[in-house]
Amino acid sequence: MVRALAILLICQLVGTVVQEGTGLPIPGPVFGLLLLLAWLVWRGGPAAPLRGTSEGLLRYLGLLFVPAGVGVVTEFQILRDNALALIIAIPVSTVLGLVVTGVLMNFFLRRADA
Amino acid sequence: MLEHLPPLFHVWAYLQTQPLLGLTATLCVWELAVWVDARAGHSAVTNPTVLAIVILATLLVVTHTSYAAYFTGAVYIHFLLGPATVALAVPMFDHWQAIRRNFLPIIVSLTAGSVVAAGSAMLIAMAFGAPRVLVISLGPKSVTTAIAMGVSQALGGQPALTAVFVLLTGMFGTVVCTGALRAARVHDWRAQGLAAGTAAHGLATARMLGLNQAAGAFGGLAIGLNGMVTSIALPLLVALMGL
Repeated sequence: MVRALAILLICQLVGTVVQEGTGLPIPGPVFGLLLLLAWLVWRGGPAAPLRGTSEGLLRYLGLLFVPAGVGVVTEFQILRDNALALIIAIPVSTVLGLVVTGVLMNFFLRRADA
Repeated sequence: MLEHLPPLFHVWAYLQTQPLLGLTATLCVWELAVWVDARAGHSAVTNPTVLAIVILATLLVVTHTSYAAYFTGAVYIHFLLGPATVALAVPMFDHWQAIRRNFLPIIVSLTAGSVVAAGSAMLIAMAFGAPRVLVISLGPKSVTTAIAMGVSQALGGQPALTAVFVLLTGMFGTVVCTGALRAARVHDWRAQGLAAGTAAHGLATARMLGLNQAAGAFGGLAIGLNGMVTSIALPLLVALMGL
């Protein structure tokens, strides 16, 4: 488990070094994700401890969001000032994203099956 | 009775500077939220993450505790978001065969939906005269929180705002996804799952997983892919919109 955690942290570290070095606005952990994915594809899959640790972390992903989410207490003012914009922007954009992705993918799959 | 108050205040003041209280409170409230969610039969409105945030935020306000004081403890949990984001590579690898088989359709559909969701949210907010920090914080709202907050920070948004928008998007998406997709005549389960994961990340994907295995798998795949697509596309979109 320690080795698995070390692997995840090394990927994140390399990703962060790449991000800071290139100045690209892509988060270090996302580079780390790509790196680990490439390594897994090359190796043909994760070793059991890496899979166990990764799935363990992801099982508690909901908990990991909590500290940042509580930060809402510092943002009440800006949320209240822009309530109307948010009440329209979030539902409309979410439905648009759902429909555009779904309709396109449905079309491609139907054409592939035909 | 009154003479006992000063030492108590002293203890309280001391605890406010230590990580122990924030960390303990986060874990206890999380356990409580998970219990409530299970009792409520995992309904969309009792999502444990949302519940825990509401309870902790209320506690901070009621006890006049600053977010900074709380975060000295909560940071130990927050830090794990980084390795957890990297760990998303494992479920993505599990979907690798499905990705490879339909690579082009998946990338095209997902990128189009991702850009439309982010772009329309930001344009609507701009039309209402929202400040730059809010507009940028809205951009990554369809992406899973770990990646969304990183993207928001890198572009000059406010990660805490983004976390809230991600949750609201997930809750709304969970409620409307099946109805909206049926109305748009999207009948293929794989397409439904991909759309749910792209527009409303893990929350809507969990709903899809409850309905159909293939939909759940494509949802999981969309969460990771959209995280990567958004971190590349959003900086371009923000530059294009002159923000």
